[in-house]
Parts: sequence; C-alpha cells; structure tokens
Amino acid sequence: MSLSFLTPEFIVLRDRERCNNCGLCIKLCSFQAHYYGEKQQRVVSDDKKCVNCQYCVVKCPKNALIVKKHPLEFRQHDYWNDTSIKDIYKQAETGGVLLTGMGNDKKFPIYWDKMVLNASQVTNPSIDPLREPMELKTFLGKKPSRLEVDNKGNLISHMPPQLELEIPVMFGGMSFGSISYNAFKALATAAKEAGTYFNTGEGGLHRDFYDFADNTIVQVASGRFGVNQEYLDHSAAVEIKIGQGAKPGIGGHLPGEKVGEEVSKTRMIPIGSDAISPAPHHDIYSIEDLRQLIYAIKETTDYKKPVLVKIAAVHNVAAIASGIARAGADIIVIDGFRAGTGAAPTRIRDNVGIPIELAIAAVDDRLKDEGIRNQVSIVASGGIRNSSDVIKAIALGADAVSIATAALVAMGCHMCQKCYTGKCNWGITTQNPELVKRLDPDEAARRLINLLRAWSIEIKEMLGGMGINAIESLKGNRLMLRGIGLSEVELKILGISHAGE
Amino acid sequence: MIKTIDAYGLYYKDLNNMIKKYYEKGIQEFRLKRVSGQRYIGSGIHGKPNIVIEGTPGNDLAAFSDGVNITVKGNAQDAVGNTMNDGNLIIHGHAGDTVGYSMRGGKIYIKSYAGYRVGIHLKQYQDKIPVIIIGGRAGDFLGEYMAGGIIIVLGLDVAADEELVGSYCGTGMHGGVMYIRGNVAPYKLGKEVKSDTLSESDMKVLKKHLSDYCNVMGLDFKKVVSKTFTKLYAYNKRPYGKLYAY
Repeated sequence: MSLSFLTPEFIVLRDRERCNNCGLCIKLCSFQAHYYGEKQQRVVSDDKKCVNCQYCVVKCPKNALIVKKHPLEFRQHDYWNDTSIKDIYKQAETGGVLLTGMGNDKKFPIYWDKMVLNASQVTNPSIDPLREPMELKTFLGKKPSRLEVDNKGNLISHMPPQLELEIPVMFGGMSFGSISYNAFKALATAAKEAGTYFNTGEGGLHRDFYDFADNTIVQVASGRFGVNQEYLDHSAAVEIKIGQGAKPGIGGHLPGEKVGEEVSKTRMIPIGSDAISPAPHHDIYSIEDLRQLIYAIKETTDYKKPVLVKIAAVHNVAAIASGIARAGADIIVIDGFRAGTGAAPTRIRDNVGIPIELAIAAVDDRLKDEGIRNQVSIVASGGIRNSSDVIKAIALGADAVSIATAALVAMGCHMCQKCYTGKCNWGITTQNPELVKRLDPDEAARRLINLLRAWSIEIKEMLGGMGINAIESLKGNRLMLRGIGLSEVELKILGISHAGE
Repeated sequence: MIKTIDAYGLYYKDLNNMIKKYYEKGIQEFRLKRVSGQRYIGSGIHGKPNIVIEGTPGNDLAAFSDGVNITVKGNAQDAVGNTMNDGNLIIHGHAGDTVGYSMRGGKIYIKSYAGYRVGIHLKQYQDKIPVIIIGGRAGDFLGEYMAGGIIIVLGLDVAADEELVGSYCGTGMHGGVMYIRGNVAPYKLGKEVKSDTLSESDMKVLKKHLSDYCNVMGLDFKKVVSKTFTKLYAYNKRPYGKLYAY
C-alpha cells in the first residue's frame, strides 16, 4: 500500500507529569487515538486518528490531555489553503466523494451577527418580564382569513388544526439511525416536558415512543421508511420532507452498518441493509403532485393534523414557498444552508443553498404580497445558535424555529463533524451499544429542558426591552431590526434599515 | 350487507368520508358505482373492508392503506397503493405510473399494462413481502430503487414485437426480485441488476403467486406458467457502499 500524504489535523498533548497511565483514554476513544506504547512503556496517542471530539479531554481524571489544531502548516498560500490541499490527497487516495457531518463551516456572512435589535427608551416603555406577563405561546397552522362569532361570542368559523408551542422553538428532524436511541429519547422527553415538538426525521418511530405522540412530528420523506397508518396515527403533525439545508437536492444513505435490530424495527427494513432515500419523491414532480401527497396524508389522518412541508432554502425559495402554501400545506419549514446533518457530501454541504436569514425575509415578503401569509406558518431552521437568533428569525417573519445542532451540542456534541462514521464518542450519533450507553437520556433531556428554559427567559427579556409583551407581536416586525455593515441589496432583501436610519 | 354508493359527481373528500362513516357503523362490503377520478379511495380506513369500484378511481388509490381490499372493474390512475402496508388491490384493467411506490406489504394485481416507475422503492420487512403482478407490459424504470418484494410481469397481451419492460429496469435495485415472462434485453437493465434463470425455489414462489393471480383474473394458469421466465435481482445489497472517501 502506498504511503498516505495526509498529515494529522490535530495534535494530542499529554502532560506526562499528570498522566498516570490509567489507560481510561484508551478504553474511551472509539477512533482508537490512544494506545499503550510497548516501547515507551506508557500511554501514548496517534495524532492522525484524533478527531478532536474532546471526550477523552473531558473524561480524563487527571486533566492530562489537551487537543489542539496541529501546528504543521503548508507554505502560506491564500488560495491553496490546508483544506483544499488535503481534500485532494484524500480523493487521490480513495477515489471517493468527500463526506462530512454537521453544517456548513465555511466563512459565509452570518447575517444574524449583522443585525441588531431595538429597545424602548422613554416612549413606549420597556416591560419587565420578571414581574409582568409575557406571552411566548405560539400556534402553528393555517389561520382563517376572517373569524365569525355568534351572538354569545362563540367561534363559529372552522379552525384548521394547530400545533401549540409553549416556546417558539422545536427540535428539528433527526432520525433514530442517524442519532442514537438515547439521544432520540432525550429529545422526545424534553419536547413533552417543555411543551414543544420533536421530529422523527426519516427514520420511523420506535414503538417505545408512542407515549410521546402528542409531541411528535412524524416525517414522510422519499424513502418512506417506517411510514404506515400506525406511524401517522402516533403523531401531532406530519412533515413531508422535500429537502434539507445541509444537502439540498440530494437524497440520503443510511449505511447498512447502522441498521441494527432496533433501527431495523423502526424503519421496517431488514437488518444490515442500506436505507436509501432517493433525491426526489417519485410521486412529486410538481406543485400539483405535492398537493396530492399533502391531501393523501390529510385523508389518512382525517384532516385532524397539520401537514408541514420542509424544503431547503434555495435560490427561488420565495416562489417555491408560495407554491407550497397554495398546495395546501399548513406549515412550511425552511432549512438554511448552515443546517446540520449526520452525513452529507462536503461539496454539497458547503456550496448549495442560501442563508436562512435571507430566505425567511424573502418568503415572508412574498406570501404577504400575495395575501396568503395567513394560510401557512413559517418555521425557520438551519443553524439557530441562541435566543437572539430565534428572536431575529421571528422579527424577520418566521412563526417559530427548529433547532437540531444546538440540541445535540446541549447533549454533549463537541462538533467534531464525524457523525457519518457512526463512532460518536458522546453516544449521540452512533448505534454502537457501548457508545450509546454513554449518553444518559434523562440527563440529556434535563440539559435540553435547561437550554429551552434559558432561551425563553432571554427571549422574554429582549421582548420586554422592545416594549412587546407577546411573541406574536414581534412576528415580521422588521422595524425592530437594523443592519450593520450590510449592502443596499442585502438590506432590501432583509427588509430592514441600516443602523442609524 | 353490501353498501352501494353512486359516486357520480361526488367530491373525493365526501365520498371517502361516507365510506369511513359507514365502515365505522359496521359495514364491511362496499360497491361504488360510477366512480370517476375520485382520489384516495380506501385511505385512512382503520380496518379491512372490501370495496368494489365500478369506473375509474383517481390517483393515490389506497395510499397509506393497511389491509383494505379493493377490486376495480376498470382502469386505475397513478400511484395505486402508494406506501401501502397491507391489503389487496385488484385492477381489471391497466394502471398508471408509480404503482406500489414504497409499498411494504400486500398485493397489487393488474390485468393489463402499467406505467412508469412501477414498484419504485418496493420494500419488505420480516413476514411482509409485497407482490405486484402486471398482466401486460410495464413502462420505464420498473423496480427502481427496489429494496425488497416481488414484481412479476407477464406480457400476456403484448404483441410479438413489443418489449415486456421499458428502459432502466431495476435502476438502483438493492433487494427483492423480479420475474419476467420472457427475455429482457441486457441494455434494458439498470447497472445494479443481474439477470438469471429461475431456480426451483424461485419457481415455487412464482407458481404460488401466479396460481392466485390466474384464479382472480380468470386466466389459464398452465398457459401462463408454461413460458420461460427471467429472474432479475440485485448484484449487491449495498450499491453505493463504495461511493465515499472515509
């Protein structure tokens, strides 16, 4: 075999004073980065195998380990940087498509960080959420164009089915298969506890989770894995996944290695067989076809459940969203190009799709212009990092957001981007029973609930500062946003003024 | 008791609602007359009613269904048995595109020809082995992404110079089996598909399904089974296993 040209990405620094050669790091690392060096008579590390997930660093009882970016550099070249050179080595050695996990990590503009929020001063006084009521409750679904009430004030208009959220943050689609049973359980538990929803992704719903049905959004994607009447019955809403932000336009492969007994039961495919999701739904080639599937699901669920349609944010997202609204969807989920995934071809992840901030504004504008904004709710997702991203998304025009990467980070993810290997040391994106055990679902659920609690307090603080006492009043209220350092085109698309204007 | 419904001019939502309501009241047998394009007939019924359709049902017949038995005395349109889990659909005529898309269990028998992408992403799981039998010819992309189950194409009403299947047959196939009554030119096959003669166990499976099909359709089993069949199956359960640089 020829010598690999690849040099280590990381360097494992072991403090020899502190390390007592207990060998715990050897046992812990699924990438086998640590071993007992017979020659050296002590525990040593193989830098090449380290992925910098920092599991050993956190668990080392002596705090003896540090992982750093490897100091070895190629000769300075602003065009041919380390990554571009190493990617070529990898492909020259394997002839394969580059694969990665999580979301786009390239230096594209982050519009969240170029927008600032307003606060009340003197006039329209700010509100203190610690003492005054503050409403975060959000309803997702079609809203009637007008409401009719009888003489006694009772509603006589038909209200289409709604999802009721205590906080405008849901958990995005992550399948059992891409994430572990324990991670899935943590999301389900936290969604129920926090009064929001989690999403099955295209991986079916294990029967153990039927008790969480009222907080479950089940996904129907092109491979239709695990989809049957029973699955649709055990849900609060059904999501048709057309695309996802991490890999717009392409399908998915869950490799056979990840299809163990429980995943097999859930997806309803034989153990060890690849789960291949085609790029398109082959019954959807047009908006009319999408309508057909939306109504097939509505017929199957007796019109009692909202139907979501999830798309990746792409160039014509506004026109596509308009078509989806007219096709009869109750909720449109738009997934921006920072969205994460268990596995995506690197080139697609890093080069396809558009920023979610621009997509939200464009879609909200288009639906308002066409007078159909009330017919659908908009859920934004793809790289929401904190409560201010949430509040800016809503001010731009979203009804709510979904988080997934942030949820995994809350559970322990250290963003090593190796989800596709199935070797996640944190027990999150793996099916290896030894690794899955490392994630305590109750502890992980508690961390998720904490995160949502913290965000909801922060959202209330920011709302109060703006003199607003209900999240509903912030929706599409772009006067609360100002841009900093943005071009006129960017400001125009975002529909906001520049700071100081 | 058989409930007869005249479907002429009924909106699909009202028709399907009527069927569901009567079924909940205990009626198991339905005869729908003058059906003209109403979609989703048989969807969302929690049970196993028997429905006879006279006329032409619309797209997504029995979509997501789980045990519904439907006999169509006529032709069917697109996406018959879409994501169906169990049940029997008998079409005494031809059917459109994407018959049995992602079907996981049950049977679809079509008397005459069927359109494009029949049996796309057909699956199987444990004792659930879906079966699609087409009496006539099938269009392009038959058994695309096929992951399990059985597709049988008989070509009974096909002229001597007509092909039994279209192009790209079995593209992306990674499970299941197709039995074609006659030969399939190699250029018609997707690159993931292997062509072979039938083993004894294949013949056993084939005969079991054909005898049922001939019984239902009123065909001469001996005549149907007398011709040599070709077996099509996947080279590899993991066609895309070597696509990536790890």
